[in-house]
Amino acid sequence: MSEIRFTKDHEYVRIDGDVGTVGISDHAQQQLGDVVFVELPALGAKFDQGAGAAVVESVKAASDVFAPVSGVVVAVNSEVDAEPALINQDALGRGWIMKIKLADPKELETLMNQSDYDAFLTTLA
Amino acid sequence: MNSQGRPTRPTPARPARRDSFTGNRALDMEEALIFETGRLDATGVDIEEPPPFAARLGRHARAGEIGLPGLSEPEAVRHYVRLSRNNYSIDAGLYPLGSCTMKHNPRLNEKMARLPGFCDVHPLQPISTAQGALELIDALAHKLLTMTGMSAVAMSPKAGAHGELCGMMAIKAAVAARGEEQTRRVVLVPDSAHGTNPASAALIGFSVRAVPAGADGVVSAQSVRAALGPDVAAIMLTNPNTCGLFEREIVAIADAMHEAGAYFYCDGANFNAVVGKTRPGDLGVDVMHINLHKTFSTPHGGGGPGAGPVVFSDRLAPFAPVPHVVRNGGALDLVEHGKGSLAFGRMSAFHGQMGMFVRALAFILSHGADGLKQASEDAVLAANYVRASLVDLIAAPFGERACMHEVLFDDRWLKDAGLTTLDFAKAMIDEGYHPMTVYFPLVVHGAMLIEPTESESKASLDLFIMTLRDLAMSALAGERERFLDAPRHAPRRRLDETRAARQPILRWTKPASA
Amino acid sequence: MRYLPLDASDRALMLARVGAADIDALFSDIPADKRLAGLLDMPGSMSEIEVERMLTRMAARNVAAGSVPFFLGAGAYRHHLPASVDHLIQRSEFLTSYTPYQPEIAQGTLHALFEFQTQVAALTGMEVANASMYDGSTACAEAMLMAHRLTRRNRAALSGGLHPQYADVAATLAKLAGDEIVRMPLDVRASEDIGAEIDDATSCVIVQTPDFFGNLRDLMPIAAAAHAHGALLIAVFTEAVSLGAVRSPGEMGADIVVGEGQSIGNALNFGGPYLGLFAARQKYVRQMPGRLAGETVDADGRRSFVLTLSTREQHIRREKATSNICTNSGLCALAFSIHLTLLGEAGLRRLARVNHAHAVDLAERLGAIEGVSVLNEAFFNEFTIRTPRDAQGLIEDLARRGVIGGLPASRLAPDAGLDDLVVIAATELSSAADRAAYAAALAQCL
Repeated sequence: MSEIRFTKDHEYVRIDGDVGTVGISDHAQQQLGDVVFVELPALGAKFDQGAGAAVVESVKAASDVFAPVSGVVVAVNSEVDAEPALINQDALGRGWIMKIKLADPKELETLMNQSDYDAFLTTLA
Repeated sequence: MNSQGRPTRPTPARPARRDSFTGNRALDMEEALIFETGRLDATGVDIEEPPPFAARLGRHARAGEIGLPGLSEPEAVRHYVRLSRNNYSIDAGLYPLGSCTMKHNPRLNEKMARLPGFCDVHPLQPISTAQGALELIDALAHKLLTMTGMSAVAMSPKAGAHGELCGMMAIKAAVAARGEEQTRRVVLVPDSAHGTNPASAALIGFSVRAVPAGADGVVSAQSVRAALGPDVAAIMLTNPNTCGLFEREIVAIADAMHEAGAYFYCDGANFNAVVGKTRPGDLGVDVMHINLHKTFSTPHGGGGPGAGPVVFSDRLAPFAPVPHVVRNGGALDLVEHGKGSLAFGRMSAFHGQMGMFVRALAFILSHGADGLKQASEDAVLAANYVRASLVDLIAAPFGERACMHEVLFDDRWLKDAGLTTLDFAKAMIDEGYHPMTVYFPLVVHGAMLIEPTESESKASLDLFIMTLRDLAMSALAGERERFLDAPRHAPRRRLDETRAARQPILRWTKPASA
Repeated sequence: MRYLPLDASDRALMLARVGAADIDALFSDIPADKRLAGLLDMPGSMSEIEVERMLTRMAARNVAAGSVPFFLGAGAYRHHLPASVDHLIQRSEFLTSYTPYQPEIAQGTLHALFEFQTQVAALTGMEVANASMYDGSTACAEAMLMAHRLTRRNRAALSGGLHPQYADVAATLAKLAGDEIVRMPLDVRASEDIGAEIDDATSCVIVQTPDFFGNLRDLMPIAAAAHAHGALLIAVFTEAVSLGAVRSPGEMGADIVVGEGQSIGNALNFGGPYLGLFAARQKYVRQMPGRLAGETVDADGRRSFVLTLSTREQHIRREKATSNICTNSGLCALAFSIHLTLLGEAGLRRLARVNHAHAVDLAERLGAIEGVSVLNEAFFNEFTIRTPRDAQGLIEDLARRGVIGGLPASRLAPDAGLDDLVVIAATELSSAADRAAYAAALAQCL
């Protein structure tokens, strides 16, 4: 069963072995409004945890997607390139943005699990 | 970056509404594109074909269709008149746009700008044949220096943002002249700054460090000192700021910057509040751009052209770009090359927005010293009148204290009504008002920034206030359709901006079947 | 004061509502020692009569281009403006409206911008154009930055045929942004080999045609050379009417096309306001600076226009924006569009033919004068002559005889060995009598 972790900047990473599928949370897509474009990273790009890896744009806003974990980009989602609305419709599923091969699985301990993230969201209201 | 979005697709979308055969509603008329009504061989200009001659285009002649339709003069006039009627304008109503200073655009300005001696002069004519043009530029430059208490002025920047870039370039050149180009790479910018501030700094390689305002809405000298370091080249501060407040610690901030070997850039977009009341030069400002299309009434023209002359203190004057006007005995001359000086370079071809200079000078001459001071006082009074008349209903983060020429509200009071700043703004349209500036500055949620200017009569302000009160009470009473459906009476209802961004269509293309 | 509607009793009532004792109470945040005690050191208010008198006197000290035989171009051109153009742009709803951020009440502006963008794209032979920049020179500098972003390189190669002030603007920006510039020497005969300057570190090559000296350049081999190294070709023009007669930069392989639109719809105005035209290939649109009007529908399904792809811009991206630009040259763009609609394709082509015919005739007349040689092979409405005496002095002499004869090239490029060159333009307004007068005056001055 794949685990999911969240960052304070509303990215998620869903772990499967040593590869994490990264996207933005449902809360984040609501904040942005209709997503119109995603600036995807290049395959093979390396990011440290917290570095800007992608940008999600709505009509009136643009939001950096910071790498929740350090690693190398091994896949990007061409579907959201063609159909950015997927991020609004299914942020945690078909609206994934990139897959990162983890450089250091211990970094996951610094992130929130689902229930911690849900609690975090209530503090923001 | 601004990461707070909002709804950009009207829901629910409805099928097209047609109340008449033409789709027109009496004087409210639909209009096609020229590509749909014009023809490639139609023309509204009579030009006589030249007699046959041997062309010298070499092999560079253009063959093939360009794709430019023409219309006869009556058709063209009707097309553009009908388009114009779908626009709101200052001439038609109050534009309460904060930080835009939508004051009346005097027609005397238009008449003067069209004098052949001003509009039919080429920038590169022999200087002896353009003395009047140089005299006008010099006269306006002198007025700007008098109003700001500064030493030198660059007239060439083409718009406010261009002026910001000019000012930051001068600062970078000054820093480089001291050999500190590699070390001083940071610019301090408050979060309330207009987006052009960090954008201008970033264009020439500065990185931006945020300096927070206090709970009182202004930046403290203490927070500036906390952010200062040997890596800082400058601060960019708007005064009055975008919350409509005078930066009361500005002198101490200027001192702190200068003690640290850094410079003070002032964004002059809100200069209308203080002309004739105080001078930026006296406050310690090193460089400031002035928006002639805001403070000095040159028309906005649907988005431009603007003009952004930049005034400099003694510290930065040597680095001002070319060109500039100088006096040589009794005559005026133009310095067009920076060789042998510290001028950092050139901002644009030619000498600046002469057409806007004529208009601005006509405005300044008309007002004179007494009129300019009165205009600033009326602008500030009008904004405070609006503040005092609305603050019981509409949340204002700094509502209990005097503002300058603009007043800031936010959307806290709409929360329970389930409405947004955007909904409120769109309902204003149905009442015959252009909305105020919305969602700027970013430092409050759902900002509404209102700047009435000195051009509004008391009756106009009273009607505006009463309308906003009516809308506010309606919102608080739960009358949601008035807002969610708005605008209902405008030539268009809310647009699907999502679609415009997801499937951009940026030009007309001939349909495949045609 | 005629522009200030409030009177004393209004102000008193308003102060009372505000709860301020007097107006200065509202300025109390200004440090006391920084408040101006009296009035600014300038004259008091003036009536319309007085302002008109003063400014008319100032204007009369200029020689209006239309009052003499006039042959000056060099980046700004004197053309006939149909009467309707200036009349239409002075309609309140065009003149005094703001940027169309509330599209429901700005469809006039947005619809006209959509038409303008289409016209500019068609004229330049490109796929997409923006809603205009400040002028040709700043558009050129912005194109250079766009090429740097697209190629992730930062060296630009500037042709020696580029308007010297355009090159100065690009060089200023490059110097202060820490980018590299290769500036070819001024190229009077269009004989440079700019291909030799392109390598894998080059982001763009910037070439003007018709160039500063009037030469027409074939961009196709330059485009090929640039593309072979992964660089972009930026084509520049300063005379928009030329596109009614010469091959478009788009056809010749340009990736970005920028230019000055002043020739169509806009007066000389001593250098501004002018109109920057900016067009590019569709695939580069997200890196394009400036505003873009796009088509969509409203809630009733009616076709509508709106500013779009705004996330490129400063109000959203702030320090990560494609540019810092905020205004466009709105009213000038509208004037351009109205004039071009009145001309239509057939009219523009005919206008261009007349311009070329007048320039060809003038070149023949001047070339026939002893000591004068025309340096261009092919040209549109501008060409360069070499004269036996210093060009600056010659132009001053001609001016004293009531002829504005062109630009002494050394004015824009001193110390470049161009002291005997004059750049001369002829348009549809250069009558046969004017051309004859110029030739006669020139012969007398030599």
